[in-house]
Amino acid sequence: MSRLDLSGLSVRPAQVWGGVRLVPLVRAEPITDLRLHREVYADDESCGSGPSTVAADRHTSYIPHGFVANWTGDGSPAASYGSQLSDERGPVACAPLHLPRKMVQRRPKARTSDGGRSGLRFLPLHLALDGYLALHFGGPSVVWEEWTRRAVREGLSPRAETAYRGGQVRGLGDALRIFEIHPGQCGVLVYVADALAAAFVVPHPDDYRALHPSLLHDLYGELMYQFALYGGPVPEFTARISPEHITSLADLRSAAERCQREWELQHDGLMAGALLDASYDVRQVYRMGRFRLSRFLPPFALHRTQHIGETITDGRGRVAYLKTFRLSDKQVRRGHVLHRLAAHDWHIGATAAAMGISGQELMRRVRHLGFEGLLRVHR
Amino acid sequence: MESHAKRIEGRHAELIAAEDVLLFVHAAITSTGQREFRSGEAEQRMSLDFLHEYVRVNYRPLYAASLALDINDHNAALIVRRLLETAGEVTAEERRTEGRLIAARLARLPAPRVYRLFRALRTAKVNNRRTRAIMRDWLAARPDPALDAVKYRSGLKCAARHAHLPLGHRGEADGDVGGELATELGDFLFAPRRRKRFATPLLDAWRRAHYEQGAVYELPFTVAEGFAAAHGIGRRAFLENIAPRMTRLERLRAQESARTLGADTAAADLTRMPLTRLASYVLGLSLDDRAARRAELTAALRAAARRAAGAQAGTWGRVAAVLDDSFSTTGSRQKRRRPLAVALACHFLLEALAGAYVPLWTSGRQDALLAHPYGPTPLGMRLLDALECAPERLVIVSDGWDNAPPGMAGEVLRAWRTRIDREGRTSVVHLNPVYDAEDFAVRRLSASVPTAGVRMAEDLPALAQLARFAEGRTGLAELRAHLDDRVRRFLEDVPDGAGGAA
Repeated sequence: MSRLDLSGLSVRPAQVWGGVRLVPLVRAEPITDLRLHREVYADDESCGSGPSTVAADRHTSYIPHGFVANWTGDGSPAASYGSQLSDERGPVACAPLHLPRKMVQRRPKARTSDGGRSGLRFLPLHLALDGYLALHFGGPSVVWEEWTRRAVREGLSPRAETAYRGGQVRGLGDALRIFEIHPGQCGVLVYVADALAAAFVVPHPDDYRALHPSLLHDLYGELMYQFALYGGPVPEFTARISPEHITSLADLRSAAERCQREWELQHDGLMAGALLDASYDVRQVYRMGRFRLSRFLPPFALHRTQHIGETITDGRGRVAYLKTFRLSDKQVRRGHVLHRLAAHDWHIGATAAAMGISGQELMRRVRHLGFEGLLRVHR
Repeated sequence: MESHAKRIEGRHAELIAAEDVLLFVHAAITSTGQREFRSGEAEQRMSLDFLHEYVRVNYRPLYAASLALDINDHNAALIVRRLLETAGEVTAEERRTEGRLIAARLARLPAPRVYRLFRALRTAKVNNRRTRAIMRDWLAARPDPALDAVKYRSGLKCAARHAHLPLGHRGEADGDVGGELATELGDFLFAPRRRKRFATPLLDAWRRAHYEQGAVYELPFTVAEGFAAAHGIGRRAFLENIAPRMTRLERLRAQESARTLGADTAAADLTRMPLTRLASYVLGLSLDDRAARRAELTAALRAAARRAAGAQAGTWGRVAAVLDDSFSTTGSRQKRRRPLAVALACHFLLEALAGAYVPLWTSGRQDALLAHPYGPTPLGMRLLDALECAPERLVIVSDGWDNAPPGMAGEVLRAWRTRIDREGRTSVVHLNPVYDAEDFAVRRLSASVPTAGVRMAEDLPALAQLARFAEGRTGLAELRAHLDDRVRRFLEDVPDGAGGAA
C-alpha cells in the first residue's frame, strides 16, 4: 500500500472552459533520462488503430495510441520519435495470466528505427483497465487453470467496462485546444464538472507538449461522460485581493503573490484530495534502469472517489509518469466484492461472514455485478 | 421630487444608450465574422448580426455615424447594406446625411469589398433610386474603369446590371474618357466576342491573354495568375515577369514564396508598408529569418510606426505597455496571429509615441521581434511590473482573458485604482483585438479601466480617446459630440486614392 507522490510537481492556476477545468502541473526540474512519446499504429497489424477485435470477437477494444518509454543510462535525453512494434515476448506481467495481446512490450534494440535505443511500449490506461480485472483472476490460492485457459482462448469474458473516448466528452476538445500550456508543464489534472476525471503526468515538458492532444484520444469513464453531458459550466476561481490594507505597490505585489500560493494549497487539499490521499495497491509491472512501471488499484472502499491507473516512479518513489482512470460507483462495487472474495480465498461463506451478510446475499450481489460466470465455474 | 427622479432616470437612460453605442463600435472594430481563438464563425456572425440589428433600430443616427469611425471594412459594408435595405424607415433629411456618410465610406473601402456589397444588394433585391445613385456615383469615381473591368469583371458586370448603368453613354458625360472606351466597356463585359479587337490596351491584353502568353504580363497580378495557370506557366517564371504589375501589398504577400522559389523579383519596399500589416508579415517569418534580418525588419517597423505616430511622436511622456503574447494570440485559421500582430504593432507605435518606454510581454521575453504565441497569460503580475515603473500612461494590449491566476489583472487594477492612485495620475487603457461573441463585447479586465476594441495599431491614439467614454462617466451627449466631430472631419477629408485597387 502506498500513496502517490507528486512532489517536484507544483500546481498552477486552473483554466476553465465550460464544464472542464484543467489544472496544469509544472515540474521545476524535468526528468531527462526517461522520455515518453506517442506511438501511432498505422494499421491493424498488431494492436490496430481504431476498434480492433481480439480473440474471437469477444473483446473489442479501442486502442488509439501507445506510448513508448525510452531510458538511457547516461542521462542524456532520448529521441522521442521513431517506433516499431515487435513480436518478442517481454517479461510476464504481474498476473500469471497470458493475455492474448500483451500490453507491455520491450522493444528489442535491433528493431528500433532510431538506431539501437531500447524502449518499452505500453498502452496507456488499457493496462490499468486490464489490471483491474486481471488482478483477481490470477488468484494464488484457488486453482484457476480452467478459467485461465478459457481466458487465453476467448479473452476476458466478464468484461463489461465502458469507456468513452475523450472526443465524446463534451467540451473537452475545446478546452484542450484553447488551453495555454505553461512553460515547464509536465502534467495536467482534468476535472469534469469539478470531479477529477484523469491525472496525466509525463517526465519532460517537451513530451507533454507532444502528448497534450493525446488526452483527447484517451479513455474516460462513463461517469465523466455523463458529468460533461449534464453538468453545467463550472465557475472560475478568480483571484481576490482585499484592498483595505494596501497602501503601496509592494503591498499589492505581496497580496497578489499570496493569492497565487493560496490556490496551490487549496487545490491539493480540496480538489485533488481524493486522488492524493488514498492508499493504493501498487503492483510492479516492469523495471527499467532506475524507473519502475507499475499499475495501481484503489482500496475499493465503497462510496468514495477512486482511480485506477499506472505510473512510472523513480528510485525515490516520485512520479515520472502517471495516468489514471476514474471508476464509476458500479465499478468500485465490483472491485470491492472481488477484493473481499480474494481476501478470503474465494470462499463464499467466509467472505459473506466477514461482510456481515448471508451467503445467498453475496451470491446475489456477485450475480448482480455480472460475475455469475465465475461462480458457476467455481461450483 | 418627481422631476428629480425623472432627471435621474433620463440620465440613466442616456448612460445606457452611450454604453450600447460604444459596445457596438468596439464590436464593429474587432469582429470580422470570422473564427477567433475561442469562438467559432457562426457564433461571431450571429452575435454581430444581433448587435447591428439592435443598434440600427434603436439608435439609427448613431449607427450611421459609426461609419466615420475606425470600424473594420466588414462591418462598414454591413452597415451600408443595412442602411440601404431599410431606407424607408427614416426621413428624407436623415437619408441625405446617411447618403453622404455611405458615399464617403465607400470611397475608402477596397474595391473588391464594394463589389461584394453591390452583389449582396442585388441578392437582397435592394434596388431603390438612392441605391442606384450611390452605385452610379461610386463607379463614376473609379480612377480606371478599364482596370476595374478586367480585375473585377463579374463584380462590375453585376453592378452595371443591377444599377441599370448606361455603359454606352458614360464617355459622353465624362470628358476625359473617350466615347470609344465607354462603348467598349459595354461590349467587353456583356459581349466580348462582338469585337475583333479592343482599342483600350488593357481590354485588348485580356482578349489576347486567352491565347498569347506574352499578353498575360500586361494584366493585373490577380487576373494574370488565372491565365498563367491556364497556360501552364511555371510559378517562378510568372512571378519574375509579373513583378512590375504587382501592387505593393501583392508584392509583400508574394515575397516569401518568391524567395523560396528563387524568383528574381524586386523585394517589396518594407519601409512603405502600413504598420499592422508589416507586423503580420514579420510574424509570418520563421524565428531564424527574423533574427537574420533583424536590422532590416526593425528599421521597417520603426519607420512605419513613426509614420503612424505623425505629429504626436514623442509627446506621450513615460509609457509602459503590457503586451499579450500568450498562446491565445495565435488567433485562428482565418486570423492567423492577428492579436499578436496588433500587440507587436502597438509596441513599435508606443515606442514612437513615448518619451520613455517600457514594454512588458506576458511571457517575460524581452525581444519583441522574436515574439511568438506561447504559454499562459499572467497578466496580473506583468501589470505590477509595469506599475512599478510609475508610467504616465499604461497601455494593455490583450484579449482580456487572464488566466494565471484568473481575474488577477482586474484585482490588481482595482486595488491600485482605489487604494494607491486615487487621483488618476496614470491613465490606463486596455485595447482588445478580439471580439467576445458570447458577451456581445470586447472582454474587459476591470470596471475601473476603459477597454476599447482595436484592429489596426495605427488607430491607437484615436481609440485611447474613444476609450474615455467606456469608463461610464460620460453620457450620450459627449459621445454624440465626439461622433459629430468625427463625422465632420470624415466628410471633409478627401480619401487618398479611391479604394485599394491600384
